Amino acid sequence: MKTIDLSSTSVRVLNHSLHGEVQDLEWQVTHPGGKHNLAVGINAAVAVDIEGHAGYYCAGMNQQASVTVHGNVGVGVAENMMSGLVRVKGSASQAAGATAHGGLLVIEGDAGARCGISMKGVDIVVGGSIGHMSCFMGQAGRLVVCGDAGDALGDSLYEVRIYVKGSVQSLGSDCIEKEMRAEHLQELQELLDKAGLDHKAADFKRYGSARQLYNFKVDNASAY
Amino acid sequence: MCGIVGLYLKKPELQAQLGKLFEPMLQAMTDRGPDSAGFAIYGDEVAEGWVKLTLQAADTNYPWTTLMGQLEGHLGCSLDGVQNASAAVLKVHTDEAAARAALAALAPDVRIMSAGQSIEILKGMGLPAEISSRFGLAGMKGSHIIGHTRMATESAVTMEGSHPFSTGADLCLVHNGSLSNHFRLRQALKREGISFETDNDTEVAAGYLTWRLQQGDSLAQALDGALEDLDGFFTFAIGTRNGFAVIRDPIACKPAVLAETEDYVAMASEYQALASLPGIEHAKVWEPAPATLYVWERESA
Repeated sequence: MKTIDLSSTSVRVLNHSLHGEVQDLEWQVTHPGGKHNLAVGINAAVAVDIEGHAGYYCAGMNQQASVTVHGNVGVGVAENMMSGLVRVKGSASQAAGATAHGGLLVIEGDAGARCGISMKGVDIVVGGSIGHMSCFMGQAGRLVVCGDAGDALGDSLYEVRIYVKGSVQSLGSDCIEKEMRAEHLQELQELLDKAGLDHKAADFKRYGSARQLYNFKVDNASAY
Repeated sequence: MCGIVGLYLKKPELQAQLGKLFEPMLQAMTDRGPDSAGFAIYGDEVAEGWVKLTLQAADTNYPWTTLMGQLEGHLGCSLDGVQNASAAVLKVHTDEAAARAALAALAPDVRIMSAGQSIEILKGMGLPAEISSRFGLAGMKGSHIIGHTRMATESAVTMEGSHPFSTGADLCLVHNGSLSNHFRLRQALKREGISFETDNDTEVAAGYLTWRLQQGDSLAQALDGALEDLDGFFTFAIGTRNGFAVIRDPIACKPAVLAETEDYVAMASEYQALASLPGIEHAKVWEPAPATLYVWERESA
């Protein structure tokens, strides 16, 4: 286990240590103090524990690593993640999982506005509630919310499947409620189990794109 | 971009350390705002019938003592004054209007940064660390304080363009964000009799609040109006005589974090500005919801 104390070591040293040929498989980061850009750009199957609150873009561009934050995170946690696991024990600020392509992001508390904005294949599971304009232009992946969702959920949605257990304040443009079939219940339960959150898929509703907005209609050709 | 910070002490025993607790908060926001910085500190109240003014002059060798003598003679009342770098804090045994009139007559080139029973606004161009040391922030005492680090986006980097902006007696505003309808709004407010010194969008927001309050709105009503009438991005922290308020626009792109313990309520654009506060590990930490007013105030004595 390697420990890096950010009260005496720089964020640059931390990130450099986690890049390239990483020898140690387990890392502990102490005194994060809300600093930005912690554990970004990792491309190795290592485990990183951040003991406290992190700032913006924590675990950004993650590949293969398993990063756990024992606290809250700021804007853009796991933004652009390609693979791996990021777990936030506390709450996340805005744009959690922004534009991420793969992997699993688990937020045990709440997530702020624009959770999963432009997500491209990541799975996001939130134990609490999410803020407004979440999953805006979500292209691929699954978003699971065990609490409530704020205004304009799934505005301009592509093919993300959204599951919400609580209330949805309002749906965004072209986002509609959809039927829960057997394959959805199964997929959702697998995600909840993988995230380690104790909920039943049957208690959730599914939301998805009405597919009217993002598909070209030949009748409208003259408008272009 | 800008950074805003605020600290409200719940326990009087901590008032001696207000500046010491606040200085690292302001400096933590340097990356968000290296152009200018400022703060409004509340405490050391003057009695009824007195007014406290903070003044700034362009010249660091401004003859404050001479001016104070002239004011005493002109107003025929008691006056106490202390210079602090490029600023001076005056306590005058008269009402605000009389004090302003006297200053306009005797020293029209001196800028009045703030007026009230409690508030002192100190601000200027330079890095937050420079502003803190220039005005001796670390040694200051008080009950509450809000501050700002500026990265100018809509108007020039000048002392007048730095925040906090005064919006009335003991009232001030700091802003992270940018307003898009400030030009038109400035024209409209000028017609209502509000005057402006700069092209700064935040000054327009401050002027808007001043206008609403003059029309008889409560602060809460004025801020509700702001949600409707201001177009753009904002997280505002507003200093009042007895506390402070925080509000974000409905889209809430600009960040805000709050932290509360038994000893204080603190606010910042980023959590890392709060990380040095005592007991922060056990504080309740949360983000204010969009278009919602949060207020912390003491009961008036």
